[in-house]
Amino acid sequence: MAVDALPDPSLRITPRRLGRNLLRSNPIIAIAAICLAVIVLMAIFAPLISPHDPQLLAPAQRLKPASAEYPLGTDAYGRDVLSRIFYGGRVSLLIGLGSAVFSVVIGLVIGLVSGFFKWVDAIMMRIMDGLMAIPAILLAIAVVSLSGASLMTVLVAITIPEVPRVARLVRSVVLTAREEPYVEAAISVGTSLPKIMWRHLMPNTVAPLIVQGTYVCASAILVEAILSFLGAGISPEIPTWGNIMAEGRAFFQIKPSLIFWPGLMLSIAILSVNLIGDAARDALDPRMKQREARP
Amino acid sequence: MTATTTAPVILDVNDLIISIGRKPDAHRIIDGVSLQVRQGETLCVVGESGSGKSVTSLTVMGLLPKKVLVPARGKITLAGEDILSASDRRLRQLRATTMAMIFQEPMTALNPVVPVGKQIDEVLRAHTNLDARARRERILAMMEQVRLPDVARIFKSYPHQLSGGQRQRIMIAMALVLEPKLLIADEPTTALDVTTQKQILSLIRDLQRDHGTAVLFITHDMGVVAEIADRVVVMRKGKVVETGALDAVLRAPTMEYTRNLLSSVPSLIPRAARPASSEPIVLQTESLGKVYRQRSTFGAAREVAAAQNVTLTLRKGRTLGIVGESGSGKSTVARCIVRLIDPTSGEVRLAGQDISTLSRPALRPHRKRIQIVFQDPYRSLNPRVTVGETIAEGPVNYGVPHAEAIKRAGELLELVDLPADAIARYPHQFSGGQRQRIAIARALALDPDVLVADEAVSALDVSVQAQVLDLLDEIQTRLGIALLFITHDLRVAAQICDEVVVMQHGRVVEQGPAGEILTNPQQAYTKQLLEAAPGRHWDFANFRPVAMTQHDAAAPV
Repeated sequence: MAVDALPDPSLRITPRRLGRNLLRSNPIIAIAAICLAVIVLMAIFAPLISPHDPQLLAPAQRLKPASAEYPLGTDAYGRDVLSRIFYGGRVSLLIGLGSAVFSVVIGLVIGLVSGFFKWVDAIMMRIMDGLMAIPAILLAIAVVSLSGASLMTVLVAITIPEVPRVARLVRSVVLTAREEPYVEAAISVGTSLPKIMWRHLMPNTVAPLIVQGTYVCASAILVEAILSFLGAGISPEIPTWGNIMAEGRAFFQIKPSLIFWPGLMLSIAILSVNLIGDAARDALDPRMKQREARP
Repeated sequence: MTATTTAPVILDVNDLIISIGRKPDAHRIIDGVSLQVRQGETLCVVGESGSGKSVTSLTVMGLLPKKVLVPARGKITLAGEDILSASDRRLRQLRATTMAMIFQEPMTALNPVVPVGKQIDEVLRAHTNLDARARRERILAMMEQVRLPDVARIFKSYPHQLSGGQRQRIMIAMALVLEPKLLIADEPTTALDVTTQKQILSLIRDLQRDHGTAVLFITHDMGVVAEIADRVVVMRKGKVVETGALDAVLRAPTMEYTRNLLSSVPSLIPRAARPASSEPIVLQTESLGKVYRQRSTFGAAREVAAAQNVTLTLRKGRTLGIVGESGSGKSTVARCIVRLIDPTSGEVRLAGQDISTLSRPALRPHRKRIQIVFQDPYRSLNPRVTVGETIAEGPVNYGVPHAEAIKRAGELLELVDLPADAIARYPHQFSGGQRQRIAIARALALDPDVLVADEAVSALDVSVQAQVLDLLDEIQTRLGIALLFITHDLRVAAQICDEVVVMQHGRVVEQGPAGEILTNPQQAYTKQLLEAAPGRHWDFANFRPVAMTQHDAAAPV
């Protein structure tokens, strides 16, 4: 078929259009974005808005119900639950963001290289297959118990199992993009391989990586909470949502709110991140929207 | 082809207006189109891309994307029944029994995971009460009618096991199995090779004669029009420009646009030969070959020779054409020469130096001397890089300072007739023809000795194609560059090439001066190719049939 018509400019994605599409497509997304923003602000300004020191033990005040002084009551050691939840958000978001960034960066490099070099691909993808065969939680518990529980080890433990997914995604994008004539054209004007990867291949991976990044973020927050809950995460005196719930478990029948509030925060945070990820996927992939438009 | 003006009108489109959305001031895709197709008649709708010819056919089929494209006014009557007001249910019935459609790309129109026989069977199951046995018999009979070989085997085959021509035959069989009154063919032969195209066109014509079907044939190719049409409708930007009997439109077009359209069709008669050149040889291949090996764990490795023993010579300032059908290996040769793939045997000599076995780093200094322009201008430019940066990429790679390269890009844009402000814009802001100019500017940025054009004008509309060919010609005269022109279109080859190499199944069948090969071919395959060129007995640009030369005096016109 002859081609001489201008392509539809609406298929191009600008950041502003992306944002507008996100909000317009679904008001739930707006709610999710607001929730996430509130949680992020809470975490950032935790030292300012917390009524108490989250680690201050006050045995006399243990398991107090909600009051003006302790808005959500206190835990078994008399620590203020509200303050602990504020501070706990810091760990969760840091882990979520950190593992999203690390896994995307590492996965991007592995994916780009394996997409372009066949021999690297053969080796790398077998390693990735192996990593994917190990359950993520099991691997994380093993890593943490081998090298001690700190924020960094937990971060590494959570990031490792996410890397193969990102690497595979990038690799598949690169495998299709490298067949594009504009990549061949770049080869024929003498462009070096690193430059081809950076300039012509990498931009193709941005959209899927944003989406994948949000999923990694949500899953990392959850895995961190699970690790903490199992006692394999960050040491118990540091407040994380998982830790608060783990300690509250023993007093569930006396004071269910110890599990309820951090659990609620965890659910909202993960739900929000996932919803935003879904919306980003819809907005970045014009095909999805066309499918919806056509009944 | 013996439609009379008294035959009943099957399809009547009257003052049709299709707009985007429902607003009264919305942009009109189709603006007041009227046309009629009578029983046993072929009406060709011809126009360039964006003329609205496909939208017209989709409207008739009731396949417009709902709420996006809306018929705002007008009436479509199919065998006495109003289509625009028909219910979805009624349309579904009509679509198989009264009207049917065949598409450009049979591979995507067929379901890849269902045997083709079963796909035709679905049509019969939905619209007839025949039992399984009767249906099968009818399908096999229909397959015989579309001249498929070994119908029992093909009945059970999946689409990927068939050739492009066979798939299109299946589509035709599926369309005609219920004997519809109207057949809509939307560029049905555009994706096919010329020899296959010729067979499909004569098949459609024969079936139409036997069944008395009315055919609405949509195409951009004037050659095809000359082969098949009884009457012609010329469309442009959603409007009918001209309509009339085939002969009248081709001989005496009344409208300026039709005249231009016809004048843009390159003639099959080769242009006057340029005097033999004694300029230095810039490109030479010596028994070049490319064999693809498919290793298998069990059994012997399978070998496919995509190109064998290709020897050709190109002098400075000359144009060498490689012509052939798909799978002939012409693109493989081009890609070996540019070293996008590595040849498995033979030599590629650029100004005397063999580059066929050089390693990547050793090849680098030679790359700039040979550049390539690809077929699809929509995919050969990175959509995220500005035009200026795209053109400057090559020179920057070879150490030219960035500012200087951008300045040179501006000059090159001028050379290819694009405005200077194009430099900061992105590829999506340009039309296909403009993009191909950008691709040419990119290739020229490195001052190459040889420019390889791999089907560089095949994706363009005929008028744009003519402009790009003129541009290439002008650049050659100005810069003395040598052109290696790969094309399947003999008309284009006839107008631009000094020498022609005809390829088939990876081998060179015939080579020599364009004038000789295209008027007096020696090999059977070349003759076959020439004979299959659609509309070869029409000299479109001069509005008359081609004066008979000796070699085609035997062929009926």
